[in-house]
Amino acid sequence: MSSRQTESSASTGVPAVSVQDMTVSFGRSRTLVRAVDGVSFTVAPGEIFGIIGESGSGKSTLGRAAVGMVTPSGGEVRHGAVDPFALSRQQLNAHRRKYQIIAQDPNAAFNPRMTILESVMEPMYIAGMGNRAERRERALAMLDTVALSPEMSARYPHDLSGGQKQRANIARALVLDPEVLVCDEVVAALDVSIQADMLNLFWRLKRDFNLTYLFISHDLNVVSHISDRVAVMYFGKIMEIGPADEVMNRPLHPYSEALRSAEPEIAAYQARARERIILQGEIPSALNPPSGCRFHTRCPRAVEMCASNEPEQRELAPGRFVACHFAEEMLARFAPEGGGQKHESVG
Amino acid sequence: MSATEAMPARAEAPADQAALLSVEDLKLDLRDEQGWVRVLDGVSFDIKPRETLGVVGESGCGKSMTALSVMQLQSPRYSRLDGRINFQGRDLLKLSRRQMSRIRGRNISMIFQEPMSALDPVFTVGAQIRETVQCHFDVSKREADERAIEALDSVGIAAPREIAKLYPMSLSGGMRQRVMIAMALVCEPDLLIADEPTTALDVTIQSQIMDLLLNLSQKRGTAIMFITHNLALVSQNCDRMITMYGGQIIEGGPVDDVLSKPLHPYTKGLVHSVPDAGRERGTLNAIPGRVPSLRAMPPGCRFEPRCPHATTICAREVGIEDIGNRQIRCHRWQDLTSITGGAQ
Ligand SMILES: Nc1ncnc2c1ncn2[C@@H]1O[C@H](COP(=O)(O)OP(=O)(O)OP(=O)(O)O)[C@@H](O)[C@H]1O
Ligand SMILES: Nc1ncnc2c1ncn2[C@@H]1O[C@H](COP(=O)(O)OP(=O)(O)O)[C@@H](O)[C@H]1O
Ligand code: SF4
Ligand code: SF4
Ligand SMILES: [Mg+2]
Ligand SMILES: [Mg+2]
Repeated sequence: MSSRQTESSASTGVPAVSVQDMTVSFGRSRTLVRAVDGVSFTVAPGEIFGIIGESGSGKSTLGRAAVGMVTPSGGEVRHGAVDPFALSRQQLNAHRRKYQIIAQDPNAAFNPRMTILESVMEPMYIAGMGNRAERRERALAMLDTVALSPEMSARYPHDLSGGQKQRANIARALVLDPEVLVCDEVVAALDVSIQADMLNLFWRLKRDFNLTYLFISHDLNVVSHISDRVAVMYFGKIMEIGPADEVMNRPLHPYSEALRSAEPEIAAYQARARERIILQGEIPSALNPPSGCRFHTRCPRAVEMCASNEPEQRELAPGRFVACHFAEEMLARFAPEGGGQKHESVG
Repeated sequence: MSATEAMPARAEAPADQAALLSVEDLKLDLRDEQGWVRVLDGVSFDIKPRETLGVVGESGCGKSMTALSVMQLQSPRYSRLDGRINFQGRDLLKLSRRQMSRIRGRNISMIFQEPMSALDPVFTVGAQIRETVQCHFDVSKREADERAIEALDSVGIAAPREIAKLYPMSLSGGMRQRVMIAMALVCEPDLLIADEPTTALDVTIQSQIMDLLLNLSQKRGTAIMFITHNLALVSQNCDRMITMYGGQIIEGGPVDDVLSKPLHPYTKGLVHSVPDAGRERGTLNAIPGRVPSLRAMPPGCRFEPRCPHATTICAREVGIEDIGNRQIRCHRWQDLTSITGGAQ
């Protein structure tokens, strides 16, 4: 097991990102969708904060609002001490460079008629950075950082593989010298072998450039590998927050437990015969949120009260916040030390 | 509503039974703007009755093309198939189009990653399943409708009569996948080819669908060819597996053996690149480089440009070797297993 000290959780400094009781809605009256509904968390400088949940749970919307790309309908967002929504347009342009988002589909970021080098130079041009020669030099340096050769930089997007395009996309963000990167499903479309390479790259970049990440993915293995802490989202709300390996090995919320259980793993035949929780049904319609605990329509542990009373989010152990009526009982299961046995991996 | 269920136990590894499907030395050429190109080069494998065979490999290695070749779904103008595809004692490549279309959907059926590519947006799902039934059985419309409803019911759709009246567009991804499974299984085929049936779905829905597929196939004795790039899914659901690379099979064998002691450097690379919470960050194993394009395949071992163990011998062509119940295509597998003890 990795010794995963969150240097940040100990530091007392100002968080890089802090989100308080944030709500993001789309549409109005009968078509109103609360994609994010009262979410709070902080991300310390240098921390990797993972966000996991099924599709439609509001991860992308949360990520976009956290960098100021979408305006929340309630609550607040702070970038350090700055309120990004209170900035003038000019201030915002400069500020945006520090807080960026990298999306799942790298194709959307590239103009098919521009070479990779031109595409990586473009954001610096828009931001008014340096002269052409300087921009070119910096773009080449960043392409080198993400392990793309100068030969690749002369190519057009359609001549690159998915993984190479995603690398170029990252170089495009890095040239602006960001502090915080929201990575939204950045490895979802890649083969495992390429995905591993990209995850190593993200880790190296974080160290070399002292970056802070919000790492969004629906893949539990990916999130728990890369993150210091994770938040589990369901239907616009955070169900559980805690250190990555804690949430993975000792989930305190029935939804995290079910996600963990659904994730297939490479295991010898005997280990496969474990009891699995198979969640029935799908995430409910966004237009019609369930009463009480939002998860009650699918929760294996739900009792009558869950349909009427919404559980409060509580801190059950230092840094572990859970919103479930039975979180204390879930915690009690792990009470004797060393309850979280580690599955043996193959090889 | 939820249930806690044990994993469906897999069928006992079938003994030395005659193969249901036996593909021998399959070669596929496809024609694009630049002319003909060899996409599959000497693919051979067997599937026994009731068996689940996993097919893994990086994007573009030929998994889907292998499946489409068995179904003969490529356009003959743009494709050339060579070799033998023996199914229940007949070589499918020697059948007429009409004979083949009788087998398709009846004896062998297929489900796809993107259900919308197989479902027709202008017909209700009920009508589409009925159509499949009437295509293969001489039954009345009413009878076919009943079978369609039963099929929807069997894939865990709660209100089958209502869902049957809906168009595919109004269903969620998970529901569409269920409908496609219902359609694929309604004629009780002997072989089901499932091409990445859960790749586009969330893990929660993925586990519902896999559970459903395995339970149904086990109940009916359907063999499955399960294509995926997710090794963990193979580990949990298949009896045997094959790994493909650059249009060839490079390794094959019982799932537990291959995953715990992969013999081919590429399979090893795949197994070790799966991200894992217990692994120090920045140290995941990645396979450097990328698959060469089909027109620029190296003349010897196709994995040579990316292989950490390549030596001069690897520039020579390498055939697939049978060793007991496993197959391997690598000049150096013996050296490599003796150096590393196999597992690492
Ligand atoms: N019409 C075509 N003409 C020429 N080459 C083709 C054609 N269709 C597919 N190919 C090539 O055949 C090879 C095998 O493709 P296939 O779709 O079988 O890959 P796959 O293993 O299923 O990949 P994925 O995991 O991405 O689905 C690829 O290199 C692909 O580019
Ligand atoms: N621009 C938009 N307009 C209306 N609804 C939206 C918009 N963006 C997202 N939503 C809705 O918000 C919910 C959360 O979406 P999203 O943040 O994309 O989830 P995730 O990234 O977790 O899949 C979904 O119900 C989605 O349909
Ligand atoms: S509050 Fe009730 S429904 Fe919600 S997660 Fe806990 S047990 Fe399940
Ligand atoms: S034949 Fe050589 S290059 Fe190919 S996999 Fe084996 S060792 Fe590597
Ligand atoms: Mg999203
Ligand atoms: Mg495919």
